[in-house]
Amino acid sequence: MLAYVTRRLAYGVAVVFGVLMVLFLLFFTIATPDDIARRALGEKARQSSIDQWKANHGYDRPLWPSLSERGLRDNLLVDHYQRMLTFDFGLSDVDGVPIGERLARGAPASLALMVPLFLLETTLAIAVGLFVAVFRSTYIDRAGVFACVLVMSLPILLQIIGAQYLIAKLLSWFPLSGFAFEPDVIARFLALPVLVGVVSGIGGEVRFLRTVFVEETSRDYVRTARAKGASEIRVMLRHVLRNSLIPVLTRVLLTIPFLFTGSLLLEAFFGIPGLGGITVDAINANDFATLRVMVFIGALAFVITQIITDVSYALVDPRVRLE
Amino acid sequence: MEAHVVGNSLVAAIVALGFFAGRAAGRHRLWREALAEVWRRRWLSALVVALYLAIALLDSIAWIGGAARGEDVVAQSQARSVIDRVFAGSSEESYSAPLAESTFYEKHALADPSGHLLGTDILGRDVLYRTLKGVRVALLIGGFTSAIAIPLALLLGISAGYFGGRVDDLVFFVMSTLASIPSLLLLIAIVMALGRGTWQVCVALGVTSWVGLSRVSRGETLKLRELDYVQAARALGVSEWRILTRHILPNLFHLVIITFVLLFSGLVISETILSYLGIGVDGSWGQMIDQARNELAREPVIWWNIAAAGVALFSLLLAVNLLGDALRDVLDPRTARERE
Repeated sequence: MLAYVTRRLAYGVAVVFGVLMVLFLLFFTIATPDDIARRALGEKARQSSIDQWKANHGYDRPLWPSLSERGLRDNLLVDHYQRMLTFDFGLSDVDGVPIGERLARGAPASLALMVPLFLLETTLAIAVGLFVAVFRSTYIDRAGVFACVLVMSLPILLQIIGAQYLIAKLLSWFPLSGFAFEPDVIARFLALPVLVGVVSGIGGEVRFLRTVFVEETSRDYVRTARAKGASEIRVMLRHVLRNSLIPVLTRVLLTIPFLFTGSLLLEAFFGIPGLGGITVDAINANDFATLRVMVFIGALAFVITQIITDVSYALVDPRVRLE
Repeated sequence: MEAHVVGNSLVAAIVALGFFAGRAAGRHRLWREALAEVWRRRWLSALVVALYLAIALLDSIAWIGGAARGEDVVAQSQARSVIDRVFAGSSEESYSAPLAESTFYEKHALADPSGHLLGTDILGRDVLYRTLKGVRVALLIGGFTSAIAIPLALLLGISAGYFGGRVDDLVFFVMSTLASIPSLLLLIAIVMALGRGTWQVCVALGVTSWVGLSRVSRGETLKLRELDYVQAARALGVSEWRILTRHILPNLFHLVIITFVLLFSGLVISETILSYLGIGVDGSWGQMIDQARNELAREPVIWWNIAAAGVALFSLLLAVNLLGDALRDVLDPRTARERE
């Protein structure tokens, strides 16, 4: 077991190093510091002001390590790895705000949006998935699957605009946008984004879960349970749901990284000052330093979730350990 | 070479490819029956997709000259497609409602009263025209991205599965690294690094979307490699290259088709998000929606812009998704068995 966990951890660390390399290639070699400076200063900026900008933002060093004592330490590659791995994210390229501070400020709002969204969507998707699976190959099933495809064919951009227009503007049930950490208003502000988030995500989720549940209902033990006279509800909840927990949990855990990165569109449209909104602002302002950090945080959250998932599998299922 | 010449040659190539693919599929009983079954179940979706395809092709056939009435000199020197020519000289001053006879706010008479089926936008451009132009952009995003992603996915997936060992380790590492980055963030990062533009977006979409197909084809190749007929071919001394192209690749073909169709709607949806972030493809429905979203706040409301783009987008995605589901049911042996 220990050997398995060590191996899994080592691979996770390797993947994090790989992710950092991808980020370095994208944001230092494909878009060079000169490009980044030029986007901040405008296409016609003089070379002297570009050099000045690079010096101010710490880009005025060689990209790659070279074989000298100073060359090995003082370059952007090593600096990039060092900073990211020690969570010393530095300053924003645009307004000089420390990025770590900005993340700490954005995280609570993102969590306030994403946690209810995640819980509601997961429970609702499992409930609907089970319901549709009970009525498999009937009209209820077909209507359910069709409804899922309908929702999946509607881009989230349109769903947000439509919901804001219909529910917030025409019906005025909820405020159009805004956010405040006060107990009596926060629910009113979050209701609509959570609703839109659930609707936009649930189609794909239900379809996946339905496939898992339907496959599970064709197993022998389900037939045995029915033969013993267990009710359909009991069969579904006690037998089918419990035995499909592994694929269900894998799928559910995959969405956990988004609890940390927030939702770009929901936060931007509904004025929630979270990490997704910060990312959108960084894109609009060409703030590469912040964007780098956001991508890294998202990937890190994903890798950690994956390691936890795999290790818990190994705990539950001895076959995994031996592979 | 000029852009419209490339476009015209591409149209010819696509039509020829479609013709030969159709002939080849017609010769094989398996494919003929599968396609007949898909048509029986989803003829409406197939027709909708065919209609979009036809519009995109008509919008890709372009030539210079042959100006219609009311066109300026600049337009005459540019290559214009069939769609451009149909809607030539249909510009107004500003917003006008569908089939209106005057502009929306100031009530000036239109140059072409009742001539705009879906109205005009803020610059007086015909909305139906812009919507139809979006068809080509959407199919181009899907097609161009697949042209990048599918060969890459197959190359890496098959070599990882077939050769195993170091190659497999390397490919698997690259796949897990890319898959670890939330795909929307990776997509944004690549477009930001490459800069804004059509090919940049397609490259970014390609890089973010090849992993899924690659993983599937790796697994399938691992399975196929051990099958008797492949072993027999190897024992007979057939070259590796010939085994790969003759025995492995054709057996992955159904996966490619299924993945491609199911991928398509995801690509177009991602593009709408990029458009909202200001890094989308010019002339796409995503951009139309993004430009039109503030028009819903006007009094009286301007609804036809967003409605036109939204309906065009939604019907294409719905048709493609339904078609993709039917294709998967018919072509994938696992779900095909479930059906019986």
